[in-house]
Amino acid sequence: MTIYWNSLSDFIAMGGYAGYVWGSFGVTALIMAVEPIFVARRKGETIRRLKRQMRNSDF
Amino acid sequence: MSIYRFSSPSTFYPLAGKLIPVFAALSVLFGLAGLYLGLLVAPTDAQQGEGYRIIFIHVPASWMSMFIYLVMAFWAAIGLAFNTRLSGMMATALAPTGALMAFLSLWTGALWGKPMWGTWWVWDARLTSELILLFLYIGFIALQSAIDDPRRADKAGAVLLLVGVVNVPIIYFSVKWWNTLHQGASVSLTKSPSMAATMLWGMLLMGLCFWMYSIAVAFARVRTILLERERHTEWAKAVLAGETK
Repeated sequence: MTIYWNSLSDFIAMGGYAGYVWGSFGVTALIMAVEPIFVARRKGETIRRLKRQMRNSDF
Repeated sequence: MSIYRFSSPSTFYPLAGKLIPVFAALSVLFGLAGLYLGLLVAPTDAQQGEGYRIIFIHVPASWMSMFIYLVMAFWAAIGLAFNTRLSGMMATALAPTGALMAFLSLWTGALWGKPMWGTWWVWDARLTSELILLFLYIGFIALQSAIDDPRRADKAGAVLLLVGVVNVPIIYFSVKWWNTLHQGASVSLTKSPSMAATMLWGMLLMGLCFWMYSIAVAFARVRTILLERERHTEWAKAVLAGETK
């Protein structure tokens, strides 16, 4: 289980494939960070709207 | 108590709420372990150098893009056969995540294809059938959003899902059935793996990470759909009354 890389710059350079490797991992990380935020925001909006409708229907 | 109890929206809503943090935590744990093995420990590939490390997200994203579709088709069949309310909502909740997984499969595939094959894209059986999968997800979402009555949207969506399910085995077996630029299966149930153990474990852990992530996000989404659709029921009103937002 030893670390394969000799230095941080080796790791970042990815043997010359940095753009391809980090472009893949970066976009994946971005999507997996943003999707839950959108889902949570949608939940908040839905709850606010439904509560408003519920209050209005009481009158 | 039977498991059928959980198919009732009023019991499933709080249950899913309790399970979301569990699946989210599992996803983070599997993801950290998988990234550690895949990016830091696994040795380089003899043919592809460090560029092969894209495999640790390309394969999990591709697996999930097919698996989520199969799960949606399963719920579609259950919904059509038994007219259960929750099954249609499950399919609806899974669709955006499935579409994102299909997109990630294509995106990481393009970034892998460019340095290894010399091209971002070819109209090859594997790539084309995966693109069709993305279009099926988008078509399902568009079709459902075009129909106002949610029960009819569920039925129409279910038919689309069941017709489109034929595409999944086509994607999976495309590398065997046709000549293709795409390499064969990395992991097979019938052969012992040809790759280093750390590579295999890194990939499997990332697969578990994506799986747990998908469940957590789909559960979060289905809870919102449940509240919206069940807003006239007593349990939904009680939930809404308890929400402070």
